[in-house]
Amino acid sequence: MTTFLQQLVNGLSLGSIYALIALGYTMVYGVLRLINFAHGDVYMVGAYVGYYLSRRLRGTEPSLVSAVFVMIVSMAACAILGMLIERLAYRPVRREARLTLLITAIGVSLFIENVAQLVFGPDPKFFPSLAPHADFILAGVHVTSEQLTVIVVSMLLMVLLRFFILKTRTGKAMRAVSFSLDGARLMGISTDKIIAITFAVGSALAAAAGVLIGMQIPKIDPLMGIMYGLKAFVAAVLGGIGSIPGAVLGGLLIGTSEVMVVGYLSSTYREAIAFGILILVLILRPQGLLGRVQKEKV
Amino acid sequence: MRLRIFAAACVAAALALALACGSKEGHSSEIPIGEYGSLTGGIATFGISTRDASQLAIDDINKKGGVLGKQIKLYVEDDQSKPEEAATVVTKLINQDHVVAMLGQVASSHSLAAAPICQASGIPMISPSSTNPRVTQVGDYIFRVCFMDTFQGATMAHFAYDTLKAKKVAILVDVRSDYSVGLQTFFGQAYKKLGGTIVSEQSFSQGDSDFRAQLTAIKAAAPDAVYVPGYYTEAGTIVYQARELGITVPFLGSDGWDSPKLWEIGGPALNGCYFSNHYSTDDPNPIVQKFVNDYKAKYNQMPDALAALGYDAARILIDAISRAGSTDGAKIRDAIAATKDFPGVTGMITINKERNAVKSAVVLKVENGKYLLAETVKPEQVSP
Repeated sequence: MTTFLQQLVNGLSLGSIYALIALGYTMVYGVLRLINFAHGDVYMVGAYVGYYLSRRLRGTEPSLVSAVFVMIVSMAACAILGMLIERLAYRPVRREARLTLLITAIGVSLFIENVAQLVFGPDPKFFPSLAPHADFILAGVHVTSEQLTVIVVSMLLMVLLRFFILKTRTGKAMRAVSFSLDGARLMGISTDKIIAITFAVGSALAAAAGVLIGMQIPKIDPLMGIMYGLKAFVAAVLGGIGSIPGAVLGGLLIGTSEVMVVGYLSSTYREAIAFGILILVLILRPQGLLGRVQKEKV
Repeated sequence: MRLRIFAAACVAAALALALACGSKEGHSSEIPIGEYGSLTGGIATFGISTRDASQLAIDDINKKGGVLGKQIKLYVEDDQSKPEEAATVVTKLINQDHVVAMLGQVASSHSLAAAPICQASGIPMISPSSTNPRVTQVGDYIFRVCFMDTFQGATMAHFAYDTLKAKKVAILVDVRSDYSVGLQTFFGQAYKKLGGTIVSEQSFSQGDSDFRAQLTAIKAAAPDAVYVPGYYTEAGTIVYQARELGITVPFLGSDGWDSPKLWEIGGPALNGCYFSNHYSTDDPNPIVQKFVNDYKAKYNQMPDALAALGYDAARILIDAISRAGSTDGAKIRDAIAATKDFPGVTGMITINKERNAVKSAVVLKVENGKYLLAETVKPEQVSP
């Protein structure tokens, strides 16, 4: 039982990371109907920004203040990166065929990965400890402060996001754009601005995931975004792409099932489980767990 | 376009010139020895360490007047970390530079590409650090000076069971690496023979970064120690995460852990862990200390295990040439095969009938960023 609970904690902390990344996929898909394949790489850049920043702060003792500072700066940096990607790569081809946009996304992803290998070096790097470390033992289950931080911070960010989307004017405009791009424009919404904001918010969440993973793994490398990005994408599809609660649910489910498979069966199936779920979802419930069925408009 | 043709012509001319100058020059006054290694590409640090150390050994001998009254000249070729390139450069070393013997390589796949060529040309080849058993099976001209993974796995099994008194061990293996899987097998066989129990076998794939699921399963099995044969990047991360999960038992590793990076990754979590290796830099043996000091003086860094093996390979070869009294391939081969109790940096080396080195291994203990000698394991201690 202890082992099961421990695996559950492991799964939830991993799943929270997937959920944070999945949110970016789902939001961008919501407004542009685009699978932003570069999203996983934004997550990687977020981790690196956090890494270099915390190296700068290394002289100082690990403290909550510095951890929060690192996270906010990294989120801001990636928000800008996200907007840049949108402005430079996607906006020029937004009116082209969907396939053009998708291939552009793959191109951007490859570009970021290779530039990152050039700039950061292909060797893995190791995150210094940022926040003070503590262990909590509940009924034999070890929960580290890092794991707890990951779960709490991601829940907090998700609640904030939900508030932002449901209660603010910008959030309302975002929902309008996701409902109908042209309709929103006719209603006087600056769609370019809203799309840029969507990219900024999604990328900032990915950066938060990057810093959080750096705090708990603690290994980061320029290609770390590929696998995490793909799994987060599966999480978004599982939850119902376009649905924000769906992305969170999907992330937690993928993380937990992955850990359970590795813990009780074999690590060989680690990747298989996520993609097996993707195939099952596409066959049995293409709209995802919480997604709405979209009628094809002719 | 015209520029390109011009450039090509220039390259061709330069090549021709190089060939003309390179062939047969001053052979009478020096003994040419070839070395092929990866000086660029993915495993470049392996090749550079090995080359630097062989050069150090050769300079040392040359200063003392050389061998058979001649100076030794080392011809080094880069195989760019590609096994197929190893075959090309070895052919060049044999046919153009007329080397009398060959040193190389670290990676077994490269040694396996070059060995048949050396064998066919009757040029003795010594691999400093290819651990795959197949390398020396190529033929009677192919030797190695490192121990094999069968011995390395058995060493750790012996250390875990007899020295650490660990009766239950869990294994975490990298299923994508032949090296790791091989060690898992050899360790398991030896450990079970000693009477130990393997309580959990978990796996991961190179490049993974989250090992908590496997470690939680290992924790549930309550082992006395955990064996993680593999490379330093994963090993450091694994130990770091294990300590967070409350696993306090020692982790045991293999020579793939030998890197300053290991400590950079795992930090204090690694204190009290052990790994098997070829030698220890703090071994008080004067041969080791002389090597470490000379290497540091010349290259301004600590020699790793690959450097130590490169040094021993070169010295065994030179020793064999002097005992053979000739640069004839067959005579050098016989002299290498007769090597017995050669005092190397990496232990007393004897070449056995299978042309493999019989020698001791060391177990190092990780302590505050230093890898200290914990035990030296002799081959007879872990008789198969």
